[in-house]
Amino acid sequence: MTSETLEQGATGALGGKARKMSTGRLGDRLFGLSAKGSGIVLLAIMAAIAVFLIVKALPALQSDKANFITSQEWNPDASPARFGIAQLAFGTVLSSVLALIIATPIAIGIALFIAFYAPRRLADGLGYVVDLLAAVPSIVYGLWGLQFFVPKMNHVADFLHGHASWIPLFGGDAVGGRCLLTAGIVLAIMILPIISSISREIFLQVPRPNVEAALALGATRWEVIRMAVLPFGRSGMISASMLGLGRALGETIAVALVLGSAAGISLHILKPGGNTFAANIANTFGMAGPNGQSALIASGLVLFVITLLVNMAARAVVARRKEFV
Amino acid sequence: MAKRIEVSGLNAYYGKTRAIEDISMTIEPRSVTAFIGPSGCGKSTFLRTLNRMHEVIPSARVEGKVLLDEVDLYGAGVDPVAVRRVIGMVFQRPNPFPTMSIYENVVAGLKLNGVRRKGQLDEIVEKSLRGANLWNEVKDRLGRPGAGLSGGQQQRLCIARAIAVEPQVLLMDEPCSALDPISTLAIEDLIANLKDQYTIVIVTHNMQQAARVSDRTAFFNLAGPGKPGRMVEIDETNKIFTNPGEKATEDYITGRFG
Amino acid sequence: MSAIDLSGPSAARKIKDKVALVLVCVAFALALIPLVTVLWTVVKNGLKRFDVEFFTHSMNAIGGRDAGGGAYHAIIGTIEQVGLASVIAIPIGVLTAVYLVEYGGGGRLARVVTFFVDVMTGVPSIVAGLFIFAFWLKLLGFEYMGFAGSMSLSILMMPTVVRAAEEMLKLVPNDLREASFALGVPRWRTICFVVLPTAFTGIITGVMLAVARVMGETAPLLVTVFVTTAINNDPFKGPQMSLPLFIWDQAQLPQQVAIDRAWTGALTLILFIMLLNLAARLIARLRKPVSR
Repeated sequence: MTSETLEQGATGALGGKARKMSTGRLGDRLFGLSAKGSGIVLLAIMAAIAVFLIVKALPALQSDKANFITSQEWNPDASPARFGIAQLAFGTVLSSVLALIIATPIAIGIALFIAFYAPRRLADGLGYVVDLLAAVPSIVYGLWGLQFFVPKMNHVADFLHGHASWIPLFGGDAVGGRCLLTAGIVLAIMILPIISSISREIFLQVPRPNVEAALALGATRWEVIRMAVLPFGRSGMISASMLGLGRALGETIAVALVLGSAAGISLHILKPGGNTFAANIANTFGMAGPNGQSALIASGLVLFVITLLVNMAARAVVARRKEFV
Repeated sequence: MAKRIEVSGLNAYYGKTRAIEDISMTIEPRSVTAFIGPSGCGKSTFLRTLNRMHEVIPSARVEGKVLLDEVDLYGAGVDPVAVRRVIGMVFQRPNPFPTMSIYENVVAGLKLNGVRRKGQLDEIVEKSLRGANLWNEVKDRLGRPGAGLSGGQQQRLCIARAIAVEPQVLLMDEPCSALDPISTLAIEDLIANLKDQYTIVIVTHNMQQAARVSDRTAFFNLAGPGKPGRMVEIDETNKIFTNPGEKATEDYITGRFG
Repeated sequence: MSAIDLSGPSAARKIKDKVALVLVCVAFALALIPLVTVLWTVVKNGLKRFDVEFFTHSMNAIGGRDAGGGAYHAIIGTIEQVGLASVIAIPIGVLTAVYLVEYGGGGRLARVVTFFVDVMTGVPSIVAGLFIFAFWLKLLGFEYMGFAGSMSLSILMMPTVVRAAEEMLKLVPNDLREASFALGVPRWRTICFVVLPTAFTGIITGVMLAVARVMGETAPLLVTVFVTTAINNDPFKGPQMSLPLFIWDQAQLPQQVAIDRAWTGALTLILFIMLLNLAARLIARLRKPVSR
């Protein structure tokens, strides 16, 4: 702002050279406009995403003879079309929440390890190693999940079912590796780096004087973390895990590959099957007819809205923190 | 409470750099010892070796002996955490925990040591805040954030936090350098009161302050440009300021350098 | 006076401290398990078909059961799609960042853009694909093509590019701009010839990381590019292939030869991404001494 007025002042003072300056003015205006235009293009894209998803979802929604929210069927190409998102929403939320429950403590542990326990010289390298997890594309996690992890989870599922089926989550009639728990773990792996790197950033911002104050009171390393680090980083960790949740909700390919095809709503997280918004789109889009595609777009719209809300909530937490500190 | 500290042959390093060289001195109990000297001469580093805070900086280490009533703080089997529990510290800038209330700040150290009973905590909070001359100002808002106080109040809160655990020794690293004159005066009065119970060591840039509050004064200086800091002499404050034993001390306090 | 006990805090506190230490180390070790097993399985299984045929042949006329075949068509597709996506996303992203840092000045539009860049970061990749499907294929009536995939990828790239460029532009010292203004250089020339070059390597690093990120995206391509077994060099005409789609396609077949192809595809993809990442880090490291 100040530099702009400064520059205008300079132009005014050099009124005699106005002609020469005017080329600069034109260039300035063009460049400024294109920069501003890019920002506006970005906004337009976001608006267009919402508008087009709504427009293309409407035909299917109008054709739907079942309740779109509560129905567990997915037969949009039948006549009459009957489909609803109940089981998709259930699978999406359950797998993501499982991922969050698994990933958050581990990610915060990693962040603490790198920020406070690991030798300083190694810290950057270790952070890079964790970031590598984020560089692996989801299709590779899917392939690894399907070929390597699911067979391992078959044993885990049998074991848990055999020894802990009194816990309702591990109950049910049949268990197998291609279940929501497996999807949750794969998702947890995928969101670990985002949660841990944001948490680590927050931890590094903890004021050094506070850490020293805790040390000087005779706190052990863990007590320093409890007293000075975790309270300071609480809202940051919350928003980090919410950003991770947003990522997990929208994750498509890995889940689509790992989960079995049988769907349904069940809290038995070892039961093979389960479905999510994104996996359902990936798995059925190729075979869907026009109404089926439209119905899938409708489900994508719901996913879009859910992730939007989660992400906005996460940002709001961050923003509140900024005001506080 | 209040113990004597005897330091002998102490060297402190940052990585390969030696910051202070071969310091030996005795710090008397129930008195105030001031460290003066030009910036960067190792006063604060030395102070931090007295409660093993020096070594929390990566690659920093200490050689030599610090005896607290015959126990070597750097001896085998001594845990730095326990050392800091008995030797409290107040820092240059007030550093109350920002997420804690005034009350929680005062009891932070007590909670570590397992004091949980509400009645006992209440008692200690009042006693410590009174001891830090802060009680009357904050008694009606103990639940408010400690960070909401003024700078001078925050520093007194930090002193209350340090004395709440009843340490043997209280180290103060330029406790008034970030404060205005009125707050400084309040802290200096407080130091005068506290010395009945504690062994106090204070680092200060301000020679008048050293003259006002301390019983004994140690003068630190660099052994030479690029060389480690060392202690030039330690004596009764009165003597240091009127009739120092070393030329360097005289030059410094008369303002000829530094 | 009693002797003081300096042997340490109470046993309970020591135990808590040790437990925390162990837990934190375990957390880190846990994270290494998937990383190591993913890399190990991909390398071990991927090397089986890491041969000349894989990089020179397509899957044209090769059934899932047949051995042989390759991902040439997929590699071509990935390079073209990601290249086009970069061509779209980088200018828009960098210019948006320029607007936010140099022109926006915290105004209302700038705040709105910043907010929506954040929101855009969270758009699920499949949703970006569905949007292009709804817009490009349904509304405008185009067929499946590589370029449609590029557009969806560019949506995923833009926020990353904006963020990276914004960070870097903010690091450019204001003195530099004012020095240039003081010489009477117009703002746009200052930005183009002083500010952007100063931030250049940093922006390149961010851009390469963004490219690496979208290179592995599968979901949006599924609904915009479709799949094909044949070589299609034209990203503007007809379905293409890409490495992620190739893996997706082969991984779902029951035959071991197809699975092997999927692994080799995964190895190739990871190599591409790691190379980009490494290059980005290298460039970032080259920059450091200059900025400090």
